[in-house]
Amino acid sequence: MGRVLPFTGQEADPGVLLDVDNVTLQYKTDSRLVTATYQVDFQVHRGDRFVLLGPSGCGKSSLLKAVAGFIKPVEGQIRLNGAPVTGPGPDRMVVFQEFDQLLPWKTVFQNVMFPLRSRGVPKREAEDRAGTYIAKVGLDRFRDSYPHILSGGMKQRVAIARAMATEPEILLMDEPFAALDALTRRRMQEELLQLWDDVRFTVLFVTHSIEEAIIVGNRILVLSPHPGQVKAELNAHSYGHEKSEGFAALENRIHTMLFAEQNTAPAPKVTRAARP
Amino acid sequence: MTGSVQSHQQPLVPSIRPEFERDVLDAGVIGDISRPLSPWERLTGNTLARRIFILVLLGAAWQAYAVWSDNPLMFPTLSETLATLWTSLVDGQLLQRCLTSLRILLVGYAVGIAAAAVLTMLAVTTRFGNDLLSTLTSMFNPLPAIALLPLALLWFGLGEGSLTFVLVHAVLWPMALNTHSGFMGVSDTLRMAGQNYGLKGLRYVMLILVPAALPSILTGLKIGWAFAWRTLIAAELVFGVSSGAGGIGWFIYENRNQLEIPSVFAGLLMVIIIGLLVESVVFRSIEIYTVRKWGMQR
Repeated sequence: MGRVLPFTGQEADPGVLLDVDNVTLQYKTDSRLVTATYQVDFQVHRGDRFVLLGPSGCGKSSLLKAVAGFIKPVEGQIRLNGAPVTGPGPDRMVVFQEFDQLLPWKTVFQNVMFPLRSRGVPKREAEDRAGTYIAKVGLDRFRDSYPHILSGGMKQRVAIARAMATEPEILLMDEPFAALDALTRRRMQEELLQLWDDVRFTVLFVTHSIEEAIIVGNRILVLSPHPGQVKAELNAHSYGHEKSEGFAALENRIHTMLFAEQNTAPAPKVTRAARP
Repeated sequence: MTGSVQSHQQPLVPSIRPEFERDVLDAGVIGDISRPLSPWERLTGNTLARRIFILVLLGAAWQAYAVWSDNPLMFPTLSETLATLWTSLVDGQLLQRCLTSLRILLVGYAVGIAAAAVLTMLAVTTRFGNDLLSTLTSMFNPLPAIALLPLALLWFGLGEGSLTFVLVHAVLWPMALNTHSGFMGVSDTLRMAGQNYGLKGLRYVMLILVPAALPSILTGLKIGWAFAWRTLIAAELVFGVSSGAGGIGWFIYENRNQLEIPSVFAGLLMVIIIGLLVESVVFRSIEIYTVRKWGMQR
């Protein structure tokens, strides 16, 4: 699916949608306090396909959960449209990695309808929107099926349709394709890009795969691990699935960045956990 | 690390074999890819049919043993018991007793479930509620309901009040325990998905936690029902029910005193039949239309 995306970032749309400002995240286990990210800042613009990329332990999932409102930052602030994020809400719909995010007691159609109806969208409009987005992810034939008969890829498509149907300010995707097989994953990436071409939404996408980051994203935030700190913010808007020379060069650049970091990173003030 | 066995031998190298490609056979040549099951296969796959077969087998064993032992006072035959059951049902006596028992049972069951709902709701929303529920269930769950009967008689007198009290005790704890563990077992992803919709408080509990925990809640309902039924019959065997109209336990006790042994068996059989009906009709249909349809239980 070779294509050059017409969207070029700030010039086309100067509006900052999501502002993550100097955010430090910590969580407690039974025996210790772990710092997941340390003073991370980045800004997501309207229409961005913004990727958080880093090895495991860089706090990228924690950052996404903080944006979703499930974790409160110990330092800094997260603002959506200028208003601070205080808790979870349907203006920031999340697509999780796990397949069990759909409600098993509702059909595909009811699953997509549910957040619309619980937000008070009128029945007719909700039905129209649910139908539209189920069609967009190609699951028309399965709209009255229960989730347990669907394959992993289909469940993720439903989750995407469900999130898109609420027309959130920003779509949050937490390694949504990581649990899929390689062929399905590739197809899902293509479908996501097509959907983006079609609807033009803003998405914050978490992945640990450099390849996926370059394919899906137009802007990549590279994070270092233990705790997560911003390493770089890169452009990837000119790369799709076709492996060009530039693609390989960018892949290499990020690769070097992530692995060189292991030897030269300055020790942060917080206690480090052992690196896997 | 290579195994120590091979370290001093030749290293293991796979041999290189010729490649090949094949044309796969047409599906028609292979035969049936899928075919409808034969009537026999369908019959043996039917749970109800298999269960009925077991019941028939047990009934035959009963009849055979009773005929062989030939002692109607100790062990009447199945046919005699069924005949007695039929006449007592037809003359309305046994049916009346059953209805009396069931009415009290349903009141106790409903109150017990309501109390369990309040306790577990408290337990999932507050830490105090959680500690309270854990402490109370570990204290009272092992306490047999029937052991509270003397106390209940003291407090509520001889009558329905005491029976309802022990019934509530019998239902409340297993129900609360199962519901609570069901709530605890709801996955983080599902919880976050629910919160992501902006659901909070009671709406979150009713729309996300309750359906997600339904398999455990149903188990609690089933166990609660069995405990309640058992407790009621036992309590009635001790003192019947006030105002003359005794329940089914009292029916059994009375007939034993009058040495109407087939009626005793008929009463016991009635208890079993009601138990089977509730289990296989009520609970089973609830399961088929909910947790099985949703793929939450096989």
